[in-house]
Amino acid sequence: MLRVEKRPSPSKTWGYLAPILAVIATMIGGGMMFALLGKDPFEAIRIIFYDPLFSEFAWYYRPQLLIKGAPLILIAIGLSMGFRAGVWNIGAEGQYIIGALFGAGFALAVYPTESVFIFPSMIILGALGGFLWAMIPAILKTKFGTNEILVSLMLVYVAEQLLASMSLGLMKNPEGFGFPGSRNLQQYASAHNAELWIGSGVHMGVVFGLIAVIFAYVMLARHQLGFHIRLTGESPKAARFAGVNPNRLIIFCLGSSGALAGLAGLFEIAGPSGQVNIDFNVGYGFTAIIVAFLGRLNPFGIMLAGLLMALTYIGGEIAQSSLGLPSAAIQAFQGMLLFFLLAVDLLTNFKIKWAKTEIIV
Amino acid sequence: MKLRSILVGAALALTAASGSLAEKTKVGFVYVGPVGDGGWTYEHDQARKAVVAAFGDKVETMYVESVPEGPDSERVMTDMALKGADLIFTTSFGYMDPTINVAAKFPNVKFEHATGYKMADNVSIYSARFYEGRAVQGHIAGHMTKSNIVGYIGSFPIPEVIRGINAAYIHAKDVNPDVQFKIIWAYTWFDPTKEADAAKVLIEQGADVVLQHTDSTAPQAAAQAAGNVITFGQASDMSEYGPKPRVSSIIDNWAPYYIARTQAVMDGTWASTSTWDGIGAGMVGIGEITSAVPADVKASAEALLARLRDGSYHAFTGPVNKQDGSAWLARGETADDGTLLGMGFYVQGIDSEMPN
Repeated sequence: MLRVEKRPSPSKTWGYLAPILAVIATMIGGGMMFALLGKDPFEAIRIIFYDPLFSEFAWYYRPQLLIKGAPLILIAIGLSMGFRAGVWNIGAEGQYIIGALFGAGFALAVYPTESVFIFPSMIILGALGGFLWAMIPAILKTKFGTNEILVSLMLVYVAEQLLASMSLGLMKNPEGFGFPGSRNLQQYASAHNAELWIGSGVHMGVVFGLIAVIFAYVMLARHQLGFHIRLTGESPKAARFAGVNPNRLIIFCLGSSGALAGLAGLFEIAGPSGQVNIDFNVGYGFTAIIVAFLGRLNPFGIMLAGLLMALTYIGGEIAQSSLGLPSAAIQAFQGMLLFFLLAVDLLTNFKIKWAKTEIIV
Repeated sequence: MKLRSILVGAALALTAASGSLAEKTKVGFVYVGPVGDGGWTYEHDQARKAVVAAFGDKVETMYVESVPEGPDSERVMTDMALKGADLIFTTSFGYMDPTINVAAKFPNVKFEHATGYKMADNVSIYSARFYEGRAVQGHIAGHMTKSNIVGYIGSFPIPEVIRGINAAYIHAKDVNPDVQFKIIWAYTWFDPTKEADAAKVLIEQGADVVLQHTDSTAPQAAAQAAGNVITFGQASDMSEYGPKPRVSSIIDNWAPYYIARTQAVMDGTWASTSTWDGIGAGMVGIGEITSAVPADVKASAEALLARLRDGSYHAFTGPVNKQDGSAWLARGETADDGTLLGMGFYVQGIDSEMPN
């Protein structure tokens, strides 16, 4: 009979193996689902995982991986700090929207002035917007002990309403014939988050994503603050004895994740998206939660997880148009990835042993 | 510049290749909802199937459903163009700027954008005069309501939706001077949960007629559960909810247009055009008016329909004032297309604020 036994400390080997095993299990489970839908499972898996990287048109898809992955990575890096310390920011989607509105709002206000200072100011405002939005749950938690999960999540819906209001009112394109949506920032040189090298997919958001990964790694591994974050997550009591101020940690974790989410929103709205519009947010803030866990809350892990997630999106679209797979099947496939990861996680924290059946009378 | 030349080169190579391989015309469709939404996207997909049925082996279609409006749609369109699509239909308003962007990179691929206003040498726009159908709905709604409260589920406050509200209101008021409209904005084209919630709220506020400008059948189900409420099918017939609550419907019929445009690409006669057809041209259909509607109301609705069809009556005919009381259309004057396309105001009598 199988018996589950808790490990004294989580297994390092399984910590690394679990995500790989989860991806393989997803391929098998997903392949079975595709087969049931009457599609060739091997072809479907090949299209999703291989075609975006190595097919005839990979020169177009590879840069798209960066564009799709960058916001996920930026947001997930911020979230991972809080998640390590037990501070649960579920509202990155809202902070993403507010960051975008702050930055884009500034650009639209100064339009059509051209200046090299506009884009840097937008970046600062984007981070500030996300930071301030995250301060609402942070201050409510530290002052009144409210639950940051609920408050940050509810603020997503408030942010969505604000976004709708801005697209229909204040930020609406005056030359848009009454249709909702702002001017397109892609056509405003000073505010456009353009690709640094044309065709590379590398825009400032990708650069910031990379910086965030390195910065987070150094901080967690080398800096006292990183140590405090890890300590609080592993043993809140010990952290308190070690002199960690929990309120300051909450403010830091929510603030930094909010600022990073705000940055992601700003880079998206000034670049690939271009417009303040009702449908601007497409769920990066929520998907980033999956990315953070898929990457084991480790900065480099998150980078790989973000790219993997982007791969399933892009590969999934290619599979839809070339095989006629329904989009729901692709979503189920992505869901399987998280499901299997959580399942395989059992191996990290528990040993599975063969045990003799003992009958206790 | 480099990317552009690569893309153009690839597109050229592909068109050349597909031209020499087989004479198959590839047509791509980008959908905002799932093909099973039973409404807007469903009807576009029916038209895609009609294209396949009409041309058989000469055509190959591909589609991607539930594509968010924004950079994701741009990637989906590019992917289709790279795969050698000759013609791409982008079937939602929010695909406007992405369509223009992708079209600029693939000058040899033809694009057809639904319900927008930006055109290019290889981008046509097309839409249907749904407001003609709304006029008929409003007429029936005005007759049928006992509480004199008509609920309206709006998607987004864009001209197309506002036009529908105005057309329905004018014709409801024509037959029932006491009628009131209650409008709820769902801020989605397709979200059964939100749509059902909106319908329930309207019914609780006393509405016994619910009109919808969203794509799912959830409001129909909510009305059915509530009992004495009538609805109209949106985009698709939704006849499975007849004879009550669904008493009639607006049906989008894109098939003739899609077939004609595909034919034009095959013949090499495709040109960038702006099409806005209504009941007369068959792009807007009115679903069967069921037995739940009294015979005299049905007859007068059909008379209105006939006048819209033969063009003897325009759904926006004066006198009509704007909501703020200022004059818009004088007696006998009809609205021009420019004003209708950019309509951003309610007509007088609608007791609701435009959201902003």
